[in-house]
Amino acid sequence: MDLTYTEEEEAFREGLRAWLADVLPKLPAKPAPDDWPGRRAYDTAWQRTLYDAGYGEVHWDASPTRRLIFLEETEKAGAPYVGANFVGLLHAGPTIASEGTPEQRARWLPPVLRGDEVWCQGFSEPDAGSDLAALRTRAWRDGDDYVVSGSKIWTSHAEVADWCELLVRTTPVSEDAPKHRGITWLAMPMDAAGITVRPLRTLAGSAEFAEVFLDEVRVPVGNRVGDENDGWRVTMVTLSFERGTAFVGEVVACRRLLGELAREARANGCWDDAVLRRRLGRLSAEFAALWRLTQWNVSEARRTGGVPGTGGSVFKLRYSHARQELYDAAAEVLGPGALDLDRAWTLERLSSLSYTIAAGTSQIQRNIVAERVLGLPKGR
Amino acid sequence: MSAPVDFQLTDDQTVLKRGIRDVLEGRFGRDALRAAVDAADAADAADAADAAGSVDNDAAVDARRAPRLDRELWRALGDAGFFSLCVPEGAGGVGLGLPEAVLAFEEAGRVLLPGPAVATFLAAGEVAGAASGEVVVTAVDGGLVPWLAEADVVRGDAAGAVAVRSVDPLTPLHRVPDGPQAPTGAAHVSRATHASRASHVSHASHASLLVAAEQLGSATRTCEAAVQYAQDREQFGGPVGRFQAVQHLCADMLVRAELARVAVYAAAVTQDPLEAAGAKLLADDAAVRNARDCLQAHGGMGFTWESDVHLHLKRAWVRAGLGHTAARAEEELAAAL
Repeated sequence: MDLTYTEEEEAFREGLRAWLADVLPKLPAKPAPDDWPGRRAYDTAWQRTLYDAGYGEVHWDASPTRRLIFLEETEKAGAPYVGANFVGLLHAGPTIASEGTPEQRARWLPPVLRGDEVWCQGFSEPDAGSDLAALRTRAWRDGDDYVVSGSKIWTSHAEVADWCELLVRTTPVSEDAPKHRGITWLAMPMDAAGITVRPLRTLAGSAEFAEVFLDEVRVPVGNRVGDENDGWRVTMVTLSFERGTAFVGEVVACRRLLGELAREARANGCWDDAVLRRRLGRLSAEFAALWRLTQWNVSEARRTGGVPGTGGSVFKLRYSHARQELYDAAAEVLGPGALDLDRAWTLERLSSLSYTIAAGTSQIQRNIVAERVLGLPKGR
Repeated sequence: MSAPVDFQLTDDQTVLKRGIRDVLEGRFGRDALRAAVDAADAADAADAADAAGSVDNDAAVDARRAPRLDRELWRALGDAGFFSLCVPEGAGGVGLGLPEAVLAFEEAGRVLLPGPAVATFLAAGEVAGAASGEVVVTAVDGGLVPWLAEADVVRGDAAGAVAVRSVDPLTPLHRVPDGPQAPTGAAHVSRATHASRASHVSHASHASLLVAAEQLGSATRTCEAAVQYAQDREQFGGPVGRFQAVQHLCADMLVRAELARVAVYAAAVTQDPLEAAGAKLLADDAAVRNARDCLQAHGGMGFTWESDVHLHLKRAWVRAGLGHTAARAEEELAAAL
């Protein structure tokens, strides 16, 4: 067991720190939350800045430790998030890199790394959430095209995306074709005819997601990644990737937020309350351990030579809960301020309500742990 | 050029952990555990009958009431290098570090090894005979003294200690009248011997971490036991482990144990006292709550004396009161925010 960094890794960290200190003060002001074109421009400009400085491919770095250092240092420095580049860099990109043809990789990966093109994700459907394999958006062959009809939901950045990584059903479910077989992965151009995007307002009041309606949208067969009906396997590569390191920056952020909360509590007198103090102390232990769990999972993934495994479910179960606890504690510190939408904490608290739902609900994660890690029989 | 961050057990550590498990399971398997419980139980019943109406601070009663420590087992552990794991090779020890020590204590917690193993381990190299298991060392810890009547050396001031009828049948306890005292051996660390150790962290922090490692072993064991029972026990025409309500109970147990694991291992690597306090907090939580959930998963059987679940729960309660308590760990962590 070792937690020390190599000289090269420390040099990478120092170089990154110096670069961030130089470049961050020059960034333009952040766009308003509802300004989608502005957000796209801001996020892609940041990716371009990273690319020009040699950090464009850092999320795909063969060294998981460098990825950790990058996420840790950018969060500490308050650098922009991946934002609109999320699906391209962390979902579709790794999938294409792993499963695409050389031509597909050459077509789609460089524009993602340069911040030229934005991707969104068309996986979930109104009737296929936790049970993703039940998806019903249909695609049938017509010459050199697939023709796609159906609807997708929870699609972030749909309004401003160039491409959508889309899961479609190419073989109807039957006794011979279980639901996991019959699914195909397509790259759909978002400017194709027949696509309607409708913003979906969340309980936080903002339109972070959209519904995407597809009415006989034509997608070239050459846009298929992997074989027809092999999309479920192709997708699992992507989802495991997400559960591995996607939350690294957020754990670092939580530790920073906890520090801010302690400062606020000391300033407003709440700190005299031992119950609150101890609650914050416990959260400090939780987030410290979650950071170690990330390092553990990343080390394990490197040893097994593959993508992160079920350790991601253990992490997500505890992290999502701890983060909600953090905002509940924050509400106690803020008092009436917790009811003020102009306080950043209030909106973040509302957003945190999705953490136990998005990317696999806590209940589904427990099923995964019970069946795949503990070996219990298939649940009912 | 050193290797990249590799926060996993090395091959040597895996072999060591396995070896210690084999020694402990061979020397103190389930039959030995239940025999020890039966002996302690018989002594307690006899004493309870004899001592009805008499006062507690009668030394003779104290001595009789306490379960006896298995000296042969203790020496066997000493021979296997358990207590001298962190004593430098030049001084006759194994010369390993705190990461290896937590793996050893995780295994001790797993089999519910009785005795003041943490205090004896920390005394190895400082108190003659501790490393070989010939001399049993205990310590005053937060107002409690485990195994006082059986110990050859007591670290800390145990004057006026009064026997309590311990909730854990395999951990006799005394209470020190003036309430909580300085934790394990903190006042006894000699600078010379301290410097000869690999670490510069106080005994108090090490003691908490080793107790946390025992809690981790117990939490892992109760998780395994709950899963095993859920697979074996059939109701409504199949194993109860097919019900999500039971599955989710077990999944939460694993999450607690795994979070405690990385916290304990990381604190052993960094030797950061705050990480050790956090590790103790999470490991106490994992051990106590996993034992509770294990009991729940066992249904009525979990409430019986013959089940081992209550032994894990009671020991977890005792350990939660040793070293960093939740209150102390949380306050220290909060103060550092």
